[in-house]
Amino acid sequence: MLLTGNALCYGDNVDTDVIIPARYLNTSDPKELAAHCMEDIDPAFLAKVKPGDIIAAGRNFGCGSSREHAPLAIKTAGISCVVAKSFARIFYRNAINIGLPIIECAGDFHDGDALEVDLSAGTLRNGTTGESYVFPPFPAFLQKIIEAGGLMNAMAGGDIA
Amino acid sequence: MPMTMTQKILAAHCGRDALAAGEMILADIDLVLGNDITSPVAINEFTKAGCECVFDCNRIALVMDHFTPNKDIKAAEQTKKVREFAGDKGITNFFDVGEMGVEHALLPEKGMVTAGDLVIGADSHTCTYGALGAFSSGVGSTDMAAAMAYGKVWLRVPAAINVRLTGKLRRHVSGKDVILHLIRLIGVDGALYQSLEFSGEGVAALSMDDRLCICNMAIEAGAKNGIFPVDDQTLAFLREHGAKEPRVYAADPDAAYERTIEIDLSALVSVVAFPHLPENGRTFEEIGEVRIDQVVVGSCTNGRISDLREAAEILRGRKVKKGVRALIIPATQTIWLQAVREGLMEVFIAAGCAVSTPTCGPCLGGHMGILAKGERCVSTTNRNFVGRMGDPQSEVYLASPAVAAASAVMGRIASPDMLDA
Repeated sequence: MLLTGNALCYGDNVDTDVIIPARYLNTSDPKELAAHCMEDIDPAFLAKVKPGDIIAAGRNFGCGSSREHAPLAIKTAGISCVVAKSFARIFYRNAINIGLPIIECAGDFHDGDALEVDLSAGTLRNGTTGESYVFPPFPAFLQKIIEAGGLMNAMAGGDIA
Repeated sequence: MPMTMTQKILAAHCGRDALAAGEMILADIDLVLGNDITSPVAINEFTKAGCECVFDCNRIALVMDHFTPNKDIKAAEQTKKVREFAGDKGITNFFDVGEMGVEHALLPEKGMVTAGDLVIGADSHTCTYGALGAFSSGVGSTDMAAAMAYGKVWLRVPAAINVRLTGKLRRHVSGKDVILHLIRLIGVDGALYQSLEFSGEGVAALSMDDRLCICNMAIEAGAKNGIFPVDDQTLAFLREHGAKEPRVYAADPDAAYERTIEIDLSALVSVVAFPHLPENGRTFEEIGEVRIDQVVVGSCTNGRISDLREAAEILRGRKVKKGVRALIIPATQTIWLQAVREGLMEVFIAAGCAVSTPTCGPCLGGHMGILAKGERCVSTTNRNFVGRMGDPQSEVYLASPAVAAASAVMGRIASPDMLDA
């Protein structure tokens, strides 16, 4: 699968409280959540995000709370993929479970870089700088969850054991 | 193959004799937990997938603790949704206002977790139960939905860091200072995807409340779980709370660890984590005068009876500084009643504190103590991220109950040593 979009860049330790502040967790409606996505770290996020854009961040992206509202808000806001140097573990599993593509990549990016991610080939190309990166595929076990379209489908289909 | 304590518990829950770090497994769970924030999302997923029955109506715990007593209409709709789901599926362990408590204080108190269990919860501080010798870890709502339907969870088998404890804590230094010290040492992603396995002679000198507090914040170092060896104190706690028969696992003497960290408990002093990360710990030698507006004593981290005793000891006969709001939130109904019986409530009220019914409320900026722009709070909770307790320009300083109480009296971040005798 090929994902293309412009980079929206953030630093290390982007926590789930700034991705979706708890004051908005009195709903489980993805659209309502997306309306406040990244509000406490980047109030302009919603104004600038375009469908397909890619969040590019540093270490430990998604640390903090277990709230699945965080990847849900990001996905519903139109982000096609999150690229980070590393992910906090609960955010990582939530993204896999709900089908939000995430990639661990050591590259440094700038706002507006034109990124192209080939999930099957395991490559990321920065069209603005011409740089390319290779990222390792997910373990086969997780690949099955991703291919099934999320955890509930994988469990129902007996895809993982 | 030598295994860590965590690896042994996981192996026993997926029918394997041995497991190595990095393996992916589908494991059987003993208990799955959700709250009023995360359960509605799980119920959406459960229903959307066409699931009708839960795997075991006695092994699901639903605790209405975050935005309760309902803070607004939307919160009321969320708890209603969970209440109806629990009724519809015959879920026995549904805890509503009046019997609920902050989930990670409530479950051990109710004897719902025992040594050797595998517990997952749609709440990041589910790692608390490692204090009881269980594997427990925070997951998301879809994980919770799958666990409610199938009784299983997928896990990557973690490597571990061995945290060797020696010595004994000094007066007014507590489990909170141990974990803030450790997070300061290794950073907020220092144990990412790994277990924090505690060991050493120092373990015996830590109370169960200290161990629960330490494991509670393992996630703040990025850890998958924190876990303590089972000793006589653990077994006595489990008996006292009517927990199931424990299954005791111990790490093999030659288990492999990513690294070993030594902590001499007797050398530790009070630690305060400055905004906006739990790794920003400072000792009082490094803290100048920081004026504060609010103090919170409570939460799944520090809302237990020993925490209230510690705060009351300092507040007894003293007054909260004019201009400071001090909130005391006993974590469960049982702790509340115990505090009444011991006369702690009288101490708090006489000192000028507000005492609340159990709730997570202010910890995550939900309700019951939200901060305005520019305000500062010393809190016994677990996170000090931007906007965690209110306005994005407010500040949270994480500390022990002793430091929180002393700060309430002084109107600035203060250690108990700074109070007049």
